[in-house]
Amino acid sequence: MDTDTDAGTGTGSMDSGFIEVDGLEKVFDVRRKTGFMRRERRQVRAVDSISFSVARGEMVGYIGPNGAGKSTTIKMLTGILTPSGGRLRVAGIDPSRERTRLAHRIGVVFGQRTTLWWDLPLIDSYRLMHRMYRIPDGRYRENLDRLVELLGLADLLDVPVRQLSLGQRMRGDIAAALLHDPEVLYLDEPTIGLDVVSKARVREFLREVNTERGTTVLLTTHDLQDIEQLCSRVMVIDHGRLMYDGALAGLHEAGESERTLVVDLERELPPIDAPPPARVVKVDGPRQWLAFPASESAAPLVARIAAEYPLVDLSVREPDIEAVIAKMLHSLGDIPKPPSQRASA
Amino acid sequence: MGEHNRLAEGLRAYRLIAGMWIRSAMTYRVSFVVTVFGNLLVTGLDFVTILLMFSQVDSLGGWTLPEVTFLYGLSVTAFGIADLVFGSMDVLGTRMRDGSFDTLLVRPVPVLAQVGADHFALRRLGRISQGVLVLGWALVSVDVAWTPAKVLLVPVMVVSGAVIFCAVFVAGAAFQFLAQDAAEVQNAFTYGGTTLLQYPPSVFGKDLVRGVTFGLPLAFVNWVPGSYVLGRPYPLGLPQWVAFTPSLVAVACCVLAGLVWRAGLRSYRSTGS
Repeated sequence: MDTDTDAGTGTGSMDSGFIEVDGLEKVFDVRRKTGFMRRERRQVRAVDSISFSVARGEMVGYIGPNGAGKSTTIKMLTGILTPSGGRLRVAGIDPSRERTRLAHRIGVVFGQRTTLWWDLPLIDSYRLMHRMYRIPDGRYRENLDRLVELLGLADLLDVPVRQLSLGQRMRGDIAAALLHDPEVLYLDEPTIGLDVVSKARVREFLREVNTERGTTVLLTTHDLQDIEQLCSRVMVIDHGRLMYDGALAGLHEAGESERTLVVDLERELPPIDAPPPARVVKVDGPRQWLAFPASESAAPLVARIAAEYPLVDLSVREPDIEAVIAKMLHSLGDIPKPPSQRASA
Repeated sequence: MGEHNRLAEGLRAYRLIAGMWIRSAMTYRVSFVVTVFGNLLVTGLDFVTILLMFSQVDSLGGWTLPEVTFLYGLSVTAFGIADLVFGSMDVLGTRMRDGSFDTLLVRPVPVLAQVGADHFALRRLGRISQGVLVLGWALVSVDVAWTPAKVLLVPVMVVSGAVIFCAVFVAGAAFQFLAQDAAEVQNAFTYGGTTLLQYPPSVFGKDLVRGVTFGLPLAFVNWVPGSYVLGRPYPLGLPQWVAFTPSLVAVACCVLAGLVWRAGLRSYRSTGS
């Protein structure tokens, strides 16, 4: 089975391709009602020959518009779905064929649905994990103590889950996914709906787990800050195809994304005369919005405005991820796609 | 990992998860007590229906009240046990629709055990206790010359019947993989089936009796072996030894249900939701 790569279980040989995805495909048969009893069958390629490999200990952001194929990929990586084609290995295991064996080595956090027991104290859910995953007692206690400390759960352990806030529950869910020492952690929208403090706490924790235990982390998100603060590498998927795989900085370049400088002046003034490529995009009373390339520093622009205009306040807004991706996809859109891929049988 | 190992794993997981649901239910103690009694009373209404009928007639399809009570007690007890073990499988469709079914697939224990133990509810003991009470009364009041074979057949019927109903629950649940709103179809065969078996076969049309004997073999829960115990000819004129086959039928049902479940799960994993 594993003749080409990762035949050994030693850590050295597996480092380069801890998660190996090669030409992965998922085709769904979609039946649509076209009349009273008539149905039309159509094939949808949710994931279209994606290839990548993730090394042990990497933290990768997996992003793309809704319906791009993110969850389908994650579901195949966790063994929930069986691929229609291609090759897939996680820690040397074929996920769909050995789903239960893989389960011991991965942790999954589904952002919007909790796996905790609603009516029971938080600790009860952890005790269930302890027994379900057959975690050795010593290991369990050690992990629990560490997770409770890092995620600030000490006061929450005896509280029924239904009484926890969204942020507390998310922290609780993350702890539940890590009790059995998984080597890979999949997070689906881990910061969705959380307040700023909770988001910061979750991010800080993920960084710690990654450095401390060397856990490989793959996360999907709509929050660009998640990516900026956590991931050295980003993968962008659209229409089931991998459009970009590399550093976040490169993504900005590919998307020629822009940041926004919001300037509050003392009084209403004509649009600021900014040095190109920066330009005023909106004026509303004393407040003006200027767009400038995300790859450039804001400092010279701010200095110049401060010197020439009566400045009261200012702030810089990061480009939002949808905009960056949209721009990137748009600029890549001119590249013709290989003709064979899109045709459906 | 042999089949035996998987079975042991499944039972262990079932016990763990069912335990969590029991503890969850116990956080609302009053509600729990009320639902147990409510369950006992509501399921008992079926029996009241039969009593009311017999207040107007002396026999039903040629069967006396104690005889019908015997069928009723067997059917309700067997079904009650199956309902306790696998009765919540109709939430499978909901779990697939809201996506929480996926969370079960990333656990290192068999999915069937997780789905079976889902929403495990001790209040279902209400139905079992009611069935046992009625069965007990039937056993003392029915006019039967008890032989060792007949005595032995009673527990065999209850256990095999429970297993047959379990198989129907599992196969019905597997159907939800194809049509996620199919829970009612499953209920038609399980709850519908037990209601059917509360009456003697002779009150139903031959085709229906044939259907639940050779098709969906619910008749082996009580009709076929029960007819033997009561010394009545089975409407389809089956040979007498058939009365001793419920355990075999139950095992066959389990194998079939297992295959159907596997096929269903496989189709989910290749199509998603």
